[in-house]
Amino acid sequence: MQMSPIIISMKTASAAVALTFLLGLFAARWIVKIKSEKAKMVLDGILTMPLVLPPTVIGFFLLLIFGVNRPVGKFLLGFLGVRIVFSWTATVIAAVVISFPLMYRSARGAFEQVDQNLIMAARTLRMSEKRIFWRIIMPLALPGVTAGGILAFARGLGEFGATAMIAGNIENRTRTLPLAIYSEVAAGDMQTASYYVIVVLVISFVVVVLTNYFTMKERKYLK
Amino acid sequence: MSLMVDIKKKLKGFTLDVFFETKGEYLGILGASGSGKSMTLKCIAGIEMPDEGRIVLNGKVLFDSEKKINLKPQDRNSGYLFQNYALFPHMTVEENIGVGLACSKKEKEEKINGMIESFHLQGLEKKYPNQLSGGQQQRAALARCIVYKPDVLMLDEPFSALDSYLKEQLQTGVLELLKLYNGEVLMVTHDRDETYRFCKNLVIIDKGRSILLGNTKEIFKQPKLFAAARLTGCKNISKCEVLSSHRVHVVDWDVILETEKTVTQNIKYVGIRAHDFQMIDAVEAKNEKNRVECKINKIVEDVFEYNVFFENKTIKKENDNAVILYKVKKEEWDNKKDRENLYLKIPEDAILLLE
Repeated sequence: MQMSPIIISMKTASAAVALTFLLGLFAARWIVKIKSEKAKMVLDGILTMPLVLPPTVIGFFLLLIFGVNRPVGKFLLGFLGVRIVFSWTATVIAAVVISFPLMYRSARGAFEQVDQNLIMAARTLRMSEKRIFWRIIMPLALPGVTAGGILAFARGLGEFGATAMIAGNIENRTRTLPLAIYSEVAAGDMQTASYYVIVVLVISFVVVVLTNYFTMKERKYLK
Repeated sequence: MSLMVDIKKKLKGFTLDVFFETKGEYLGILGASGSGKSMTLKCIAGIEMPDEGRIVLNGKVLFDSEKKINLKPQDRNSGYLFQNYALFPHMTVEENIGVGLACSKKEKEEKINGMIESFHLQGLEKKYPNQLSGGQQQRAALARCIVYKPDVLMLDEPFSALDSYLKEQLQTGVLELLKLYNGEVLMVTHDRDETYRFCKNLVIIDKGRSILLGNTKEIFKQPKLFAAARLTGCKNISKCEVLSSHRVHVVDWDVILETEKTVTQNIKYVGIRAHDFQMIDAVEAKNEKNRVECKINKIVEDVFEYNVFFENKTIKKENDNAVILYKVKKEEWDNKKDRENLYLKIPEDAILLLE
């Protein structure tokens, strides 16, 4: 067993969850504020697509965007000297896109479940909309938001299809744990594969338990 | 101090169309559930927007559809006590009271402490709302409204979330606390006793429309309208035909009544409150004009009174609305001897003439 897939995976999942968390929150807040139900439905559909599409389809679209001969990829390579495809950055992009809907949907659900009366009360108490978001909506939605974060992290850690398409399976560079497991199994080394599997199991379990612990501590006002 | 509200808003199933003015007296808004009372308050507070109309508070225009004025709730200086109090569950009592105060830390502390003291919340400062009793929650929510010295304080069914045995005790307490506040007070309720106790003036809302505005005691005495009589708790209302300027035929009960007041042609209903009947004996009944010979259907016992459901014995045409309710004190009923031949007198001045 090598350390590099573990390190790459942890780095990827951490960077991805940080980005997904912010993007998901932002998107959820934006969608909740939209008044037109129809616009909401369509935009929600678009934002949820990565959840229902096969990861390889997402990988295909990402290649269409970031491929070196495509406009965005060409621009990045030509002006900034950055090549996205088959780089570590690509593993992060794949994980972000795939895990985004989980974060966005959890956060949106959590925001929408906050009692509207509390928000109205806050307005009559002269609180600005920004303050209402940070002092009322966020604290009350925190358990749901955190749950979304964990799901996103777990999904990012497990991402395989889109990562394989856009980042490839390059040892020491883009080979994450799921890709390492696949490669070892393909090479017939079940022993090594099982080590990686155990690592994934342990990380996932610890993250879930930790978050449960923190959300329970956070909601002391319910006791 | 003054508040003028004249608004229209289309809602599911009906249109809210409310007009009233008030000048510093407690104003009750009485209406059935779902008649648009709370929506009216929400429009005043600015958390809902009327389709058209005007709202003016102490000369300041809060809303004017023609001039396209619609102040944000934050700028209206109104206090709103929600039905379930809407205390923020994740904040302590003192945090709840101070959450929207924009002033120096020291000033904030002083204000919060002042409220804690006036509203008898000492010792509960660090408690969360779900650790408080219903009455304590109500006081905390009221303190949170009043700390801003709002120009208008709106109470939305303030006692409906409380157990009935707590209610009366708290009502007096709240009345006492409200003395700390001088501004307009609006109270929405569907409970006629609450209105009678608290509010000098009264608006009656029926299916979204404000149908009657006036002094509470006068409205209870002479509700003028069918819906107003219902909402002020009149149990017996029947269609009527006007026979002459002082005589009506009460259709559902098949009784002819002579009235004290002049009956005009627009009178369509007659109402008699369940407490207003008087028992008389058969001898007296012979000389009495407004009497009913009763056929008792059933008697339901309450704590202090009996509910006697009866019909006119001499009724010609049976109908669903023929049953009349008479509420009588227990001892009065128990002392009555000949209950089989019961005659009730309807005093002339107790007859409510309704449009």
